[in-house]
Amino acid sequence: MAAQQRPLSPHLQVYKPQITSMLSILNRATGVVLAFAGFVLTAWLLAVASGSEAFASFNALAGSWVGAIAFVAVLGSLVFHSVNGIRHLLWDIGWGFELPKVEATGWAVVVLTVVITAALAYLGFSAGGAA
Amino acid sequence: MSMRDPLAVARGIGSAKSGTGDWWMLRLTSVALLLLTPWLLWLILGLVGADQYTVRTTLARPLNAALMLPYVLSMFWHAQLGLQVVIEDYIHGWMEIALQIIVKFACAFAALASAIAIGRIVFSA
Repeated sequence: MAAQQRPLSPHLQVYKPQITSMLSILNRATGVVLAFAGFVLTAWLLAVASGSEAFASFNALAGSWVGAIAFVAVLGSLVFHSVNGIRHLLWDIGWGFELPKVEATGWAVVVLTVVITAALAYLGFSAGGAA
Repeated sequence: MSMRDPLAVARGIGSAKSGTGDWWMLRLTSVALLLLTPWLLWLILGLVGADQYTVRTTLARPLNAALMLPYVLSMFWHAQLGLQVVIEDYIHGWMEIALQIIVKFACAFAALASAIAIGRIVFSA
């Protein structure tokens, strides 16, 4: 928009990372990751609905180390985005804006994410699954 | 620095149009996803390592299919709205329009493809 690029005062380089800003950008980042993961879910459904070759190809990729890393990354993203999402919905009904609550709920989200992701990842990797 | 009268600028922008609806749908799909995601995780973790026959018959069960379809639809709707916000924030001009359209088409296509896959699984069981 400006005809000439003028220098900006530093912001990201100087602003101290805080629970507020870090969780906010993390919610956005995990959301974007999950958007891509959604397409993988579609691919899986299509593979299941198709012949055995498609299914085998999907399973081969899923069972590889690439698949394992992707699984943990997506699982962590899903858990964080969901738990922090609850925090967002609470803000939407007006609860939790006081700074002590913002920080307390923020840390609660972090702890819950780590615990739940670890538990579910353990279940996922002890193959054969819960069923 | 614009020399326009602020009121003229405000009038030019006009109403928020679909903004309120988009805000609400993002929240509504969030609630739907919060209800459905635990089920999805339980289903998928239970299907780790299963063969295609098992996966297919599990998904073909009416209740599972009846939950998977709204999950997929809610998820892609939520994703489209969320990505829309991200694009609005960071990208402007013709590239923004192009990306918004691509995101909408991709999410719509994936939702439809998922629905067809679920339909096939259910009705060929």
